[in-house]
Amino acid sequence: MKFLCVECDRQMRFEERQLPGDGTLAAAFKCPACGRVVALLTNPMETQLVASLGVKIGGRTIDEQPLETVRSNVASGREDAFTDDAKRESGSAPAWSAEAQERLARVPGFVRGMVKRIYADYAKQRGIAEITPAVMDTARTDLGLEGM
Amino acid sequence: MPLNIRTYHELTEADQSGLPEQIGAQRRRVADRLATVRRVVAVLSGKGGVGKSFVTAGVARALARTGRAVGVLDADFNGPTAPQLLDLPVARCTVRDNAIEPVVSSEGIRCFSMAMLLEEGQPLAFRGPEAEGHVWRGTLEAAALREFLADVAWGSLDELLVDLPPGVQRFTELIELLPVSPAVLAVTIPTPESRDAVRRALRAAVERGAHVLGVVENMVGGGFSGTAGDELAAEFGIPVLARIPWHPAPDTWDELVRNMGGAS
Repeated sequence: MKFLCVECDRQMRFEERQLPGDGTLAAAFKCPACGRVVALLTNPMETQLVASLGVKIGGRTIDEQPLETVRSNVASGREDAFTDDAKRESGSAPAWSAEAQERLARVPGFVRGMVKRIYADYAKQRGIAEITPAVMDTARTDLGLEGM
Repeated sequence: MPLNIRTYHELTEADQSGLPEQIGAQRRRVADRLATVRRVVAVLSGKGGVGKSFVTAGVARALARTGRAVGVLDADFNGPTAPQLLDLPVARCTVRDNAIEPVVSSEGIRCFSMAMLLEEGQPLAFRGPEAEGHVWRGTLEAAALREFLADVAWGSLDELLVDLPPGVQRFTELIELLPVSPAVLAVTIPTPESRDAVRRALRAAVERGAHVLGVVENMVGGGFSGTAGDELAAEFGIPVLARIPWHPAPDTWDELVRNMGGAS
């Protein structure tokens, strides 16, 4: 999908993505000539259709996780279906605040290990030493993690 | 006065949504994972209840007996049975080195199935807006097939058997995802009804350039009558690789595997 600023006849550039948490999505695109910004707003069905492809509008900022689409979208998964790699969690992994741990504990077990890895990778890449609910909120929007 | 809007292809800058690059990366992930798999065999039938999963399990065991490295990808997400048929334990799936470890049977068969992920007795259900589920459910199942191919640490295999659900939809998705067309093993029972359904599936496979190894006639010698195996073989110019009785001995599967040829 491409966005064209008809007035300037210039292709618009992706600016940012926002997930309000109600199943909808907003993606902003900006004209490099006049600076006009337009937002693509998708309804829950359209948002889910894009998510079903395993892609993120605007591109990915961290690598795809194993079975990411399955783990993110299956509602009838076993709580104990996965054991995530312990070795990967050790070393220079960022700390989790008590509030962030509490929030993580509310994520279904089927997807929790993957969500934890995603937030940890996000924090590591940005030199964030401690993951807090605020970091999780920012990461969720930056990474396009609907429902995580 | 209509606006003068250039078309998608007239805009020469990269697609700013980033979607084509991500789709391309997904395809490369599948190709990279399967680079160490010598042959993918799609076990196909247009008809439900003809014993595709039973045949898949029998073939996998016979392949393992010959010393070949074999995997089974259970692509029947709504009716997964491969773990039971291969006597696999219910075990947690380990995520290691950015991949999911398959479960390995006592015979060395590597398997991955939706049955390993779902709550006992629960159907496959997805999150998302229920009212429009028909719009995206098929896309999610196609994505699940892609991830089962790309994200399971299959390792070096001589044969990866893909146990397909009834119909041709999953086969179509499979052939679009694979870098090389799979070989096809068609399963039928003797009846004319099965023949007609399998014919459609085989036609779809041939039209998409798949190499059809042959047809397996299952449930022979019981209550089903007909000559579906012979008729399909004649029509498509393929061999009847085996006729499987109701209670097959290991020799039956061994002969089928010999007739399939392939990696050794």
